[in-house]
Amino acid sequence: MASPDIDVRYVADLARLNLSDAEAATFQKQLSDILGYVAQLEKVDVSSVAAFSGPVVNNLRPDVLGESLPVEVALSNAPQQENNLIVVPKMIE
Amino acid sequence: MSALYTESVASLRRKLAAKEITAVDVADQLLARIEQADGKLNAYNFKPDAAKVRAAAQAADLSKPLGGVPIAIKDVINVQGDPCTCSSKILQGYTAPYDATVIKKLREAGAVLVGRTNMDEFAMGSSTENSSWGVTRNPWDTDRIPGGSSGGSAAVVGGHEAFAALGSDTGGSIRQPAALCGCVGLKPTYGRVSRYGLVAFASSLDQIGPFTKTVEDAALLMEVISGHDPKDNTSVNRPVPKYTDALKQDLRGMKLGVPKEYFISGIDPEVEAATKAAIEHFAKQGAEIVDISLPHTEYACAVYYIIAPAEASANLARFEGVRYGNRVKNPKDILDLYRSTREQGFGPEVKRRIILGTYVLSSGYYDAYYNRAQKVRQLIKRDFEQAFTKCDAILTPTSPTAAFKVGEKTSDPLQMYLADIFTIAVNLAGVCGISIPCGFTKSKLPIGLQIIGAQWGEENVLRAAHGYEQTTEWHKEVPQI
Repeated sequence: MASPDIDVRYVADLARLNLSDAEAATFQKQLSDILGYVAQLEKVDVSSVAAFSGPVVNNLRPDVLGESLPVEVALSNAPQQENNLIVVPKMIE
Repeated sequence: MSALYTESVASLRRKLAAKEITAVDVADQLLARIEQADGKLNAYNFKPDAAKVRAAAQAADLSKPLGGVPIAIKDVINVQGDPCTCSSKILQGYTAPYDATVIKKLREAGAVLVGRTNMDEFAMGSSTENSSWGVTRNPWDTDRIPGGSSGGSAAVVGGHEAFAALGSDTGGSIRQPAALCGCVGLKPTYGRVSRYGLVAFASSLDQIGPFTKTVEDAALLMEVISGHDPKDNTSVNRPVPKYTDALKQDLRGMKLGVPKEYFISGIDPEVEAATKAAIEHFAKQGAEIVDISLPHTEYACAVYYIIAPAEASANLARFEGVRYGNRVKNPKDILDLYRSTREQGFGPEVKRRIILGTYVLSSGYYDAYYNRAQKVRQLIKRDFEQAFTKCDAILTPTSPTAAFKVGEKTSDPLQMYLADIFTIAVNLAGVCGISIPCGFTKSKLPIGLQIIGAQWGEENVLRAAHGYEQTTEWHKEVPQI
């Protein structure tokens, strides 16, 4: 954790995000600063601590069919669609 | 007589009930005020449509708890048929297909919805400068920021362009702007208010809450928006108290904790002096002040800037130009569609946090960053549990400084992150907190006092806040715009 060795371009690729050269350079510096700051957590003894498990316990509803949005409403914001399906560029050759 | 638009919700309700005014009068005066003031504040991304608001006011059922009361909504909450941009380019053109649960509840309570307020993009920021709609200005000094991320909601209430507003708070995004704009802002206990229809930023931290002019109004809004919702499995099935009843008790006998860790170097001397004067005021009104310790406070900001970006990187994966929002023209292939849509649609702070969050969750770093942060988060939660065995509520400053100048911190994200140093731990622990006005700087900028309550401790927080407010005059000041 001590060495903020982030490779901004590699991580941006994992996040499916293009960056300009200028952005990559700025983020490299800023994110190194931020990671340097969060590295202070190394000082905390957490050897006998269980990880936080959530602020509340999930309260799941019964798995029964209820009312939901009609298909055309659910798709109304899709940039491109056909026959109640969302259209994207070809994925599989 | 002061202008109608400066009234509180409770006072409007009394005048409407006594037929001194009509809901249409209220709507008309507010619409005129927005026309007069919003050109200077830029607090609304979408100003209310005058004809629609008048029609809604005309039809409002005045017997309902918020009948005829105009309320503004942060542009991150879905209102059916309206835009919901999160102040991002990527959601321009999006139309909400359904109502968030809080909106459904406001409608059922007779409220008149007015406009969508500006914010930092996807609620990431502390100044409302990270907005594709331009910066919102502080109603007390238009050269300064209103705080963030719910800066628009704070500015419309502090600047009397709305009687009340909803915002969302992930690390301080209700309390910090409320402090900087001189109004009341409440972050409820995690699970108290349904998040259904709130665009998610960090799901284990986000809560919706009210901005109001008085503590009584905050209690009124909490009675309406709280409660279990089967559509949010983290909303808790627990009765909603009549929060306004908590205001009937004065401060005598309340035990209020003061944590030494919140009075650190770097806090502005005027903010520190106002906070200490407020603590003395509580003592004079009969509250018992006890020294407490929240020993892991210094780590809260570091924990937050691992956990919140981690959750955000996952939540914002859904914005890739496929199901909604903007899509780039003529992508080479599907990967280019994702990458270029996100490059063009997101602003710099959102990109920064997506990269940071992806990094701390990536193979080889997960244990060192994310897991460790979750353990320290547990220690922070335990600090609060122990503190609340000694007191009913905790008093701290809301923000280390009053409102800073537009542009002052934009080039240094880490400095901007430290603006939330006093509010973040409350979200990490899942407890509740309010910010109320407790003074002004010499240059007449508002200062906020934070009152933190235990999990489900809203009644204590509201009682303490109301007891202070009713024996001080700060909340009666109105900015000149």
